[in-house]
Amino acid sequence: MSKIVAITGAGAMSECMRQINPDVVPAFPITPSTQVIEDFSQFVADGKVDTEMITVESEHSAMSACIGAAAAGGRVMTATSSAGMALMWEMLHIAASMRQPIVMTLINRALSAPINIHADHSDSMGARDAGWIQLYAENNQEAYDNLIMAPKIAENMDVRLPVMVCMDGFIISHCVQTMQLEEDEKVKAFIGEFESTYPVLDTDHPATWGALDLQDYYMEHKRAQHMAMKNAKDVIQKVSAEFADIFGRKYELFESYRLKDAERVIIAINSVCGEIKEVIDERREAGDKVGLLKIRSFRPFPYEEIAEALKGVKIVTVLDRSESMGAHGPLFVEIRTALFDASEKPMVYNRIFGLGGRELFMSDVHDIFEENKRYLETGKVEKMTDYLKVRGG
Amino acid sequence: MPSLQEMAKKEGAFAGGHRMCAGCPVPIFTKMLTRVTDGYEIVAGNATCCLEVASSIFPYSAWKIPWIHTAFENVGASMSGVETMYRALKKRGKITKPLKFVAIGGDGGTYDIGLQSLSGAMERGHDLVYICYDNGAYMNTGVQRSSATPMGATTTTTPAGEQSFGRQGNRKDLSRIMVAHNIGYVAQASIHDPVDLSEKLKKAIELDGPAFINLLSPCIPGWKIAPDMAVESARLGVESKYWPLYEVIDGVYRINYRPKTEVPVTEWMFLQGRFKHLNKPEYKDVVDAIQQEVERNWNWIIKQEELSELLSGRVN
Repeated sequence: MSKIVAITGAGAMSECMRQINPDVVPAFPITPSTQVIEDFSQFVADGKVDTEMITVESEHSAMSACIGAAAAGGRVMTATSSAGMALMWEMLHIAASMRQPIVMTLINRALSAPINIHADHSDSMGARDAGWIQLYAENNQEAYDNLIMAPKIAENMDVRLPVMVCMDGFIISHCVQTMQLEEDEKVKAFIGEFESTYPVLDTDHPATWGALDLQDYYMEHKRAQHMAMKNAKDVIQKVSAEFADIFGRKYELFESYRLKDAERVIIAINSVCGEIKEVIDERREAGDKVGLLKIRSFRPFPYEEIAEALKGVKIVTVLDRSESMGAHGPLFVEIRTALFDASEKPMVYNRIFGLGGRELFMSDVHDIFEENKRYLETGKVEKMTDYLKVRGG
Repeated sequence: MPSLQEMAKKEGAFAGGHRMCAGCPVPIFTKMLTRVTDGYEIVAGNATCCLEVASSIFPYSAWKIPWIHTAFENVGASMSGVETMYRALKKRGKITKPLKFVAIGGDGGTYDIGLQSLSGAMERGHDLVYICYDNGAYMNTGVQRSSATPMGATTTTTPAGEQSFGRQGNRKDLSRIMVAHNIGYVAQASIHDPVDLSEKLKKAIELDGPAFINLLSPCIPGWKIAPDMAVESARLGVESKYWPLYEVIDGVYRINYRPKTEVPVTEWMFLQGRFKHLNKPEYKDVVDAIQQEVERNWNWIIKQEELSELLSGRVN
């Protein structure tokens, strides 16, 4: 029977890994993702899974071992955060380019310096061009559900790409929330058996993996990778629909919250969307037509679908929990691109918030809606990209 | 152990038509991988290096066995993953074949940038043989110094010049570092002695657990030698005691070859263009220091052999 449990976000991920029982888990500890690996190690020690763990000596080796293990022909999972993923950098690209369906929990944390262990999206946004599918989650339940769906998306033969399942460090990873934990057998049946492609362990059909690829073929291989990522958009929707049929919770490429008749909209990612929804409910009670578009799939990015969903919206505030120094925030750039060809373009501007874990309260969200109301009334965006809640700002 | 003639009749792991330099001795050992042992099939991994780029230019491959390359500094880790997946699938009854795993890197990818992942792989106890072919510099990128470059050698990042005699200081002794990992098998071998090398490969592959072989492998352009001089250059490296042939089995040292005559290190050095600039009276101190280091290292290994045998209880 599925059951309601009170569990941390990190704990939900390790429970999900227990249910999936991957063949190999290479892992290295880093705050705030450590609990995922600690709990899973205990499952191995207690015989609740028969996964082989590799307690590697660095994250670079963790991702290298993930690639080797996946190419050998089995299901592979790991977890990391921040600097850990930064150390994997080279191997993130290689995992995706070698088309290995590795699934990784990324508990979002700020990159150094200054060193900081709390949530922002500088790690995953920095990796947005690494070729990984990126799924984001507002809370424990969504992160858990994304992790159940991730192997099925990654291993689809039209995709064969790694998936990063992201959630906010501490805010979600370390906070206990109630959520629906599904039955082990149901989860296993949903994901199914791993199908390997040209496994390195097949000595009867020896394959050469990771060949030198020069001017004559490199571009075709990169294009094939790009096409796989494009295919992933349909596959994510298909897998989400199957998930909804079996488990009852519906997911799209993004969530539209009270968006239908909204005039003023916030677009955001991850845990802050919880507060935004609360504020929207309050303002809606007073007749204010506000809404939220919450990104679930950042890679692939659903440009056309977002443009369609924003039809009729008059102003959009894009919240970025990371920044691109000398440029606009990464989410903002995508949203503006999505809207460029729209026949009626809303006003769009960008706010950077929450770096290094700085809180955004409901009162701050009210302030955002007050600000975009003023911008709409005056017809003028006073500051295109700016920081929220910063000294000297 | 089959004879070399018998071994040569077996299917090799490595086909001709690869793009290694003329005279490069590296294919000597890659061809041996499948020939030294019966009963196991071999899966190989490569660090980025000359061998990797010259054997796998898409859409061609010289490899007749399963082979994987991911990056420069991580073949220890990527092959840890391959070997672990083998154990995982074996445990779950999805694979039954007896397989053995070999990781290959040059000295740059092993002594330097790959040292950490090598150390991790050996310490964790994977059933993996790591073969470092040591040619004493980053040859693939055009002869830059590595920590395996011998003192005095001119490289493109330690060029000899008015103010420099080439690479300063002594090279790193990686074999000793690997002995300190307390693994079952560590050996130094040379490309010029296929009998000794094939025996060592066989022992390393058949051992259940991690093993490391450090293989002296001259580089034609890097050592600035004629294409027919790789084997002779390696032989003189061993005869001069620059590269002692020894193995360490469960911590016990055994010297495999004791040169019969005293060959000064200069005979090895001045066969090569990379030391030619030292062949002048004003560099006598440098050459003497190189000779002293060779003797110090040889004597250290002799003492290790005595000491480790004593400690193991094999000698009273």
